[in-house]
Amino acid sequence: MEHLEYRMEAPDGKTVAVKPFSLVGVVASANLEVMLEIVPSEKACVFLIDTAAKGFEASWQAVVRDFMDRWKPAGLKVSINDNAASPSVVSLRLDQAYEALTGE
Amino acid sequence: MNLQNIGCNYLEASARKRLEGILDPGSFRELCPPTEKRISPHLHYFDIPVAFDDGVVTGEGTLDGKTVAVIAQEGRFMGGAIGEVHSAKIVGLLRRCLAKKPDAVLFLFDSGGVRLQEANAGELGVAEIIRAILDVRAAGIRVFGLVGGSCGAYGGAGIITGCCDALAVSEEGRIGVSGPEVIETNMGVEVFDSRDRALVWRTFGGKNRYLQGQVRELVEDSMESFRQAAIRLLSLKPDYSLDQLEAEQKQLEERAEKFAGCRDAVDVWRKLGYPSPENIPSLTVAELKSEGGAK
Repeated sequence: MEHLEYRMEAPDGKTVAVKPFSLVGVVASANLEVMLEIVPSEKACVFLIDTAAKGFEASWQAVVRDFMDRWKPAGLKVSINDNAASPSVVSLRLDQAYEALTGE
Repeated sequence: MNLQNIGCNYLEASARKRLEGILDPGSFRELCPPTEKRISPHLHYFDIPVAFDDGVVTGEGTLDGKTVAVIAQEGRFMGGAIGEVHSAKIVGLLRRCLAKKPDAVLFLFDSGGVRLQEANAGELGVAEIIRAILDVRAAGIRVFGLVGGSCGAYGGAGIITGCCDALAVSEEGRIGVSGPEVIETNMGVEVFDSRDRALVWRTFGGKNRYLQGQVRELVEDSMESFRQAAIRLLSLKPDYSLDQLEAEQKQLEERAEKFAGCRDAVDVWRKLGYPSPENIPSLTVAELKSEGGAK
């Protein structure tokens, strides 16, 4: 297992949540779970990632940065348990979790 | 395109989706939610990823207006296997029922049994769940099981199904103690060929369990069928009178005697009086029931 942590801030970021947290996906083979929680006092987003696939830090960083660019969120705690999902699956799960959280 | 109808079958739904589909809309309230991150303390030794809910969702809600405590296992996380935290969540919810007195407990099974990485903790967990279910039933609260997930209910989970008041099962949901591959490994391929899917389904599948009288409700694999079956189960009244228990014991003895020597489920169905038992696997639930069903 590998643990990764990122802290990112989107300029003029904003998140309006319709519920306190969202959870999507299941930790199955080549799949992952993504949990989003609202941290109202924070501007930055924190990503806490536990992954079974070691050595893919560059990919994780790119996927997380894409997510930040796409949604411009703020005040999120993103927790991920990953069982070697591909970057595209991770990206889709992040979007799915964000849509569930914000009702978009 | 109507997105509402996508993924409405029970087999492929996640544990959370199942609860959403079975309970009254919006009534589910989770206890020990994933935000508490009560994860397995064992899996990191094996370099295996954890899940925030440890593969089981617990909580309460209403079903047809009645209050129910609910347990839903997630078969896609480690085969829904029962580990230490997984079982502690279930036991905690069941013990809570003694104080809260819901109308019933719904247990949505989807589990291959004990999580091997957590060996003894998992085994103890199964024993504690069984004890907790019996306590809840003794307090007059009924416990109903739904089996329709891809992992079925095997090993310890299979035993737990036997401790419930009644079960609703789809043909796809299998119930057993030793799984097909375990039997093949121990007894030989000539006794049980685990790669013969038709054999596996007609032995462990919901249809055979229904015809043998182990299952109250045989249902089609859809969320609505399971919901309606669960509502019908709620109307069952517990009867633990001596007469009832003795009748049940007698029925089990007769079953063991009547079907002794049967080599295949088809032999069992023939003895049950079906004129063309070899056709049973291809019948729908409705067709099977119109042919006389179980008992």
